[in-house]
Formats: sequence, C-alpha cells, structure tokens
Amino acid sequence: MYEIRIHSRGGQGGVTAARMMASAAVKDGKFATACPFYGAERRGAPIVSFVRIDDAPVRIYSQINKPEMIVILDPTVMDTVNVLDGLKEGGSIFINTHDDVDFPAGFKVYKADLTGIALREKLVVAGSPIVNTPVIGALAKLGLFTRESGVKAITETFADPRNTAAAKAAFEEVIV
Amino acid sequence: MSRMPKMTISVPHEGGAGLTGSWRTFRPVVDRETCNHCGICAMFCPDAVIDPDTLEIDLVYCKGCGICSNECPKKCIKMVREEH
Amino acid sequence: MSELIMSTGNKAVAAAVKMAKPLVVAAYPITPQTEIIESIADYVEAGDLKARYIPVESEHSAMTACIGASITGVRVFTATSSHGLLYMHEMLHWAAGARLPIVMGQVNRTLAPGWNIWAEHTDALSQRDTGWLQVYVSTVQEAYDATLMAFRIAEDNRVLLPVMINMDGFLLSHIMQPFEMTEPGDFIPPLDLPHKIDVNDPKGYGAMSPANVHYQFRFDMEKSMRASRTVINETEAEFAKRFGRSYAPVEEYFCDDADVIIVAMGTLGKEAEVAADLLRKEGIKAGVMRIRWLRPFPLDMNIKGKDLVVIDRDCSFGFGGVVAGEIQARYPDAKIASVIAGLGGQEVTYEDMAEFVRSRKMGTEFWFGIPQEEQ
Repeated sequence: MYEIRIHSRGGQGGVTAARMMASAAVKDGKFATACPFYGAERRGAPIVSFVRIDDAPVRIYSQINKPEMIVILDPTVMDTVNVLDGLKEGGSIFINTHDDVDFPAGFKVYKADLTGIALREKLVVAGSPIVNTPVIGALAKLGLFTRESGVKAITETFADPRNTAAAKAAFEEVIV
Repeated sequence: MSRMPKMTISVPHEGGAGLTGSWRTFRPVVDRETCNHCGICAMFCPDAVIDPDTLEIDLVYCKGCGICSNECPKKCIKMVREEH
Repeated sequence: MSELIMSTGNKAVAAAVKMAKPLVVAAYPITPQTEIIESIADYVEAGDLKARYIPVESEHSAMTACIGASITGVRVFTATSSHGLLYMHEMLHWAAGARLPIVMGQVNRTLAPGWNIWAEHTDALSQRDTGWLQVYVSTVQEAYDATLMAFRIAEDNRVLLPVMINMDGFLLSHIMQPFEMTEPGDFIPPLDLPHKIDVNDPKGYGAMSPANVHYQFRFDMEKSMRASRTVINETEAEFAKRFGRSYAPVEEYFCDDADVIIVAMGTLGKEAEVAADLLRKEGIKAGVMRIRWLRPFPLDMNIKGKDLVVIDRDCSFGFGGVVAGEIQARYPDAKIASVIAGLGGQEVTYEDMAEFVRSRKMGTEFWFGIPQEEQ
C-alpha cells in the first residue's frame, strides 16, 4: 500500500488531481482510491486530499496519518499547515516551486515549477494557472504510474490538449 | 447540585470561527474620497467587521464576501483579487 | 470486463439509476447525498434518462410524489440522507403499507444537534420498522450493484415493498474508487404492479381498514418481508451468474475457523477485514461478518460458539447498539461484546477494531473513546 497526501487550496483542483492519480494507477492494473478530506469547502482555503495505491483492492476508509508521499501543489499552504505531519521516514516530497525549499533531512525531495509551466503553456482558467494536470506528469516521472496511464487519466478528464502538453513539460522538468 | 448536560452551545466572541480573513479571495478596497459615510456597508456586513463609526474594515476577519461592495450606494468599494 | 471508471459512491448510485430507467424521480437535495440527485438531474436534462424529474420543497413531499407516481405502476427513485430521511418518516410507512416498490438511495449521516454531516447509521436504523428493506453497502462497486438489484427485488411480486440502499456519508458517498458500469440488459424485468391505477376501472386507495382486517394487511407485509429473503438470494445469485460479482445478505471473511468475529455494517465492515488480517498475523483467529441486509434480518448467521465483537455506528439510547441487540434477540445464545464506535464520523481505524477484539469483554458494552471509569 502506497499512501499519498496532497496539499492544495480550494479551487486549485487538488481533489481532481487525486482522482487522476488513482485513475492512472488503476489503468496500470493497480487498485486505488482517492478521497478529499471532508471539511468546509471554500475557495482559497488550505485543503488536503488522499490517494491510496495498492496491488490488491483498497479496503481502508479511515484517514491517512502516515503517508509515504506528500504532494504540495501550493507552497503557500506551508505558512499555516505542517505539510510534513506524519510523513514516513525516508518518504518523498514533491513540491510545486521555482525556489529552493529547505526540508529537514531524511526525506526525498522533488520539485518542478508547475505554475511556471502552466503559464508557459497558457493553461490558465479564470486567471488561475492550472497545476493539477502538470502534476500528473511530474508524478509519472517519479514512477507513481506509467506515463501512458497518466496521459489517459488526463485526457479522459480534460479534452484541452494544453493539459497533456503541460504534463509532458513537467515530466521533463522533474529531476529524479 | 445541578449538572450541566454535555451539549453543543456556542458563545459569540470575536474570531469565534478563527482567522476568517484567510478565507478571502477578494479584498474590499474603499475609495475614501467618494465615500459619504452613510454606514450602509457596516449595516449589511454579515460578520460585523466594519466599524460602525470609522467604517474601517477589519481584514483579519473579513471573508471577502463582497456584500458591502454590492450594497454601497456610492459604488466606492471595489473587490480586488488577493495574491495567494 | 469493461473499463473501470473512477467514481464516487454517489455517482455510482446515479449511474445505476440511469441504467434502471425509472420514469419518475422526485427528490430534495441534502448533504452528503446531493450529488446523486444532481447527477440524475443532469441525465434527465441531457436526455440520457427519459424520466420526469420532480423537484419538490421537502423530503416529505419527495416521498409523497414518489408514492403518487409509483401507484400508477411506473418505476420510481429518490434519494436522501439523515434529517431528510426523518422528515420522510410518515411517508416511509405509507410507501411500504401501500406496497409500492420505490427504491431510495440513503446516505447515512449523523443527526443533529450538534450539527454534524459525517457518517452514522442512526438515521436509517431509526426507520427500521417502516417496512422498507434495508441494505448497507461498503464499496462504490457494491453501491452500483446493490442499486440495480434493489429495483428487481422491490418490484418482485413476492415482495412489493420499498428498498433503501444505505451508504456511509463521505466515507463512501464521496470516495473515488474504480468500478465497472455493468449494463444490466434484461436483468431488471419490466415492472408489473398488480394494484396499479387503471383509469378505466376506478378504485379508491388507502380506504378505511377496520380492526377486523387491518392486521391481515400487516401480516401480508410481514409475509412479503420473509419471502424477500428468497428473492434476495435468487437475485444475488442471478447477478453473480450474469455479471460475475457475488454478494450475500451477510458477507463472511475468514469466519469458518474463526474464534472471534467482528460484526459491522458499511465501510467499517470492509475495513474490519484488514483488522482480521492483522489479528491473524498475531495468532488470533479472527473473521468478519459484514451484515448487508438488515431488513429482512439474516436468520442463518453461522455464529455458534464464536465470540462476536459487534460494532454499532449507532445507538438506541437506553438500550444499546441496535445491531448487537438485534443479533442477541434473534440468536439468544450469541456471545457478544458490543462496541459503540464511529458516531458523528468518529475516526475508527482497522487498528482500533483489532484492539476492540484483543481487549473484548464478553457481555459488556464499550463506548469507543470514553474513559474506562465512565463506561
């Protein structure tokens, strides 16, 4: 069982990212569930969503307290949220940023400037750069699911080809 | 001796719902030149974050709902996007 | 096998309703069920479901509209949750008493006060005696499959009672899991309601029924409830034969050689399997019985000589856990440790459930999270 927690803000598509991640894993023949953390839903508020991926059907419904991986779609949530809470020793962190970010030792840190990629690919809706499709490319690079399944998960959700273009750009940008 | 049953009772106090200003997507910005201090904004504010005397908006708690902007008869409150 | 679709429990129920093609849907929105009726409204709007969608002003009216539509002999669906279900209460009895095969999606949610929208079973269990069949599901696939089967079971002329499909609020209504959107084909036969309205042969419905006959109508409901056990078994067997997914009124997990069995409903009953795996690694022979059909109540649970740890996500105040009590009533020799856990969405993990088993005290009631000295 591989457990992932995604940090984002309401309206950024963190829940949809979780669904695409789970969907991509299922296309690889794995089993997966995705769920939001249920709380007050409002634009701009820090929210978390969860993904579980396993080789057998996922039978656990309780919350993820000790994730293997943290995905930070919006680094500003770190001002108010302890994003590393419960992250397993040796676990992975993926962060959307163009800056250097210091994390405590003992974790694998990966990054890509998803916001920059979205702006370059003109993947902007209602004034906001879309980061939840490029992140699928970045996570495919980290081996969470195959590149092909990631693309399929995106195209079944969003028809606009800019989404897959941004995902491909993120795939290239992440250094593993 | 009477025993208080365990139940949910909320007590109104400042910031009872936390720092609700962090919820804001749009921030109200008042054009003080045009404002004629009618006080309608303060009357309509659902969170009572506009001081009825000074008409200063407490951005620590303002959720950015925009009701003040909508109600202002002089149209002098603009809602400006917050940079997150 | 067709492609797997990632879907919430809510959307899976709506998809099954689309397949079952009801002619009338009357509903009122309530969290966490709203997505079911929103999705159905979308299907109707897009022409994918040729149904009359009746938005009403309350759940009482929703059930009343369903009753009016159903008596004309058409297939009818509605969905609700918690307070909405309670607001329907009077009409739930009416629907069952009028022998109408209405199918309802019911998302289990806590009752106020304090205001709480998370999962709890007290809402549906408080409607236990209305004459509705009640099934509790534990996965998105099962929510879909149970909804398809519900129409066939309710409409079977040996049953002709309404069916309520119960699904844990948020834990299942909002989780996304892969599921197969099976085409039912002719699995659900056309509805032939024997007492439907015929304008060429006018009759009155719900007429006075004096004391010397009324009990007969009620006994006929009871007879149909008893017969529904056979219909459920037949329907689930036929479903397994056609679509390869098998279900039973009580799902068993490693029960044959078990010394102790966790009994639970809904998502707790599914996660309990992980607790059983954990306990078996420790050398404790644990199993799980997940009660799916609470009405009609299962009469053939194989629990002789086994310790039961019954987890109730509900409470009947002044009595105890409803499920534990029902098992004890129907199986007087059952050895039960009753646990009240998960009220108001209280987090209950498989590790917690394993600990309920390890520290069980047979014949007692334990409230999870309450200090020992207050129990």
